[in-house]
Amino acid sequence: METIQVESIDKGFIATVERESGQQVAQCYQCGNCTAGCPLTFAFDIPVHQIMRLLQVGQKDRVLRSHAIWLCATCETCTTRCPREIDVARVMDVLRILSRRAGTVSEQGVRAFYDSFLDSVKSHGRLYELGVIMKYNLQTKRPFTDAALGPKLLGKGKIHLLPGTIKGAGAVKEIFKRFAHKRRNEG
Amino acid sequence: MKAKRYAYYPGCSQHGTAAEYEVSARAVADKLGITLVEVEDWSCCGSTPAHTVDHVLYGALAARNLALAEQMKLDTMVTPCPSCLIALKSARVMAQDKEHLQELRELIDLPLKGTIEVKSLLQVIFEDIGLEALTAKVKQPLTGLTFAPYYGCILTRPPQLAQFDDAENPVSMDKIIAAVGANAPDFPFKTECCGAAFGLAKRQIVQTLSAKVLAAAEAIAADAIVVACPLCHQNLDLRQEQVNAFRGARSRMPVWYITQVVGLALGFSPHEMGLDKHAVASDAILAKWETHLKEHAQ
Repeated sequence: METIQVESIDKGFIATVERESGQQVAQCYQCGNCTAGCPLTFAFDIPVHQIMRLLQVGQKDRVLRSHAIWLCATCETCTTRCPREIDVARVMDVLRILSRRAGTVSEQGVRAFYDSFLDSVKSHGRLYELGVIMKYNLQTKRPFTDAALGPKLLGKGKIHLLPGTIKGAGAVKEIFKRFAHKRRNEG
Repeated sequence: MKAKRYAYYPGCSQHGTAAEYEVSARAVADKLGITLVEVEDWSCCGSTPAHTVDHVLYGALAARNLALAEQMKLDTMVTPCPSCLIALKSARVMAQDKEHLQELRELIDLPLKGTIEVKSLLQVIFEDIGLEALTAKVKQPLTGLTFAPYYGCILTRPPQLAQFDDAENPVSMDKIIAAVGANAPDFPFKTECCGAAFGLAKRQIVQTLSAKVLAAAEAIAADAIVVACPLCHQNLDLRQEQVNAFRGARSRMPVWYITQVVGLALGFSPHEMGLDKHAVASDAILAKWETHLKEHAQ
């Protein structure tokens, strides 16, 4: 069995996760139900119940550097089945947010996709699907990812070659700006 | 019957890769006496990417749409997309908290109450219209066809937020399929994950998970899988060839939106329902249906 030194318990980290998620991590009694139902566990480096355990003992670095938190699909199975009624998916979400802040994102591709998506929303107010794919491919230097899907969509009116920008695109951009400003002021 | 009026939030996919979901949703709503009034100048709900950045940003991107819908003086907003649904519902829950409500108002710079009800189009068809009214309008029952009802993750989860159907064993689509004359056998993978938004960045996740869903549908001898989510559709239909390559299969499993199933039964043609817009052709299932209808007519 692995032992953890008391000195390595980061209580501040536990408090941050609890505050931001609204969940009490000490409630978890390690039954493993979340992991049993987790469809992504095959791809995780650390199964979700162990993420919860590492959290309880404040292992900030290991948790925030894990691949698991970025491979979670937020399918909500763990949250639905937790006998302690912990919103586990919410905890995983908060851990992703914290790993962004800490600069410890383990899955750059996943993050690049999310960022390309949000950049598109910021520019056009809505998602411009082709733009997201192109930007993602450029960022990850894999120019032909999913290029084979193009012919399945073209000619069916299912993919647009140019973005459709909404009237309120400026208003949406303002939301991003105010949000960034607010977070800067906080801290 | 007086038409029920709803504020309508299509979501970005409906204008792109889920164009046939949009066409069939509008046609079916119209036929069932549901008036969908599109929220003017709606914007993206933020979806999965936003909640990996910050919950307040996620809330604000969705809340702008709640605020626009509230100006329409309608009591319910409906969306066909589960990802939009969960974003809009989460923002609504957030707005119940005074401090958060103030935060959201400041970010979107619009009046916001957070009182408008949010429902999926599936819920509106199942609960507000109901099976009886639906059955009464069936013109061409889908006799002889077997569908695998696939709900995916977030139509009914988490239950506190979804407040619809059963989280572990949802039956709304099963019952709608039965109401239009087709078979919906028990489908053990009905709430398993298809791989969600990982198609681009982590394709193997989608291949692994969608392979299981496709295999499960084959195991119950389904003629098609039925979905209510643009992303599930993308993974199971558009990426089916990628999934086949991964699992060494040659599956040609059609994937239909629930609105296409209903629309066909209400008398629309396959073309009107956009059944020719999928990556996997529906020729075989449509031919099977035609044969059944002919036999029935004799």
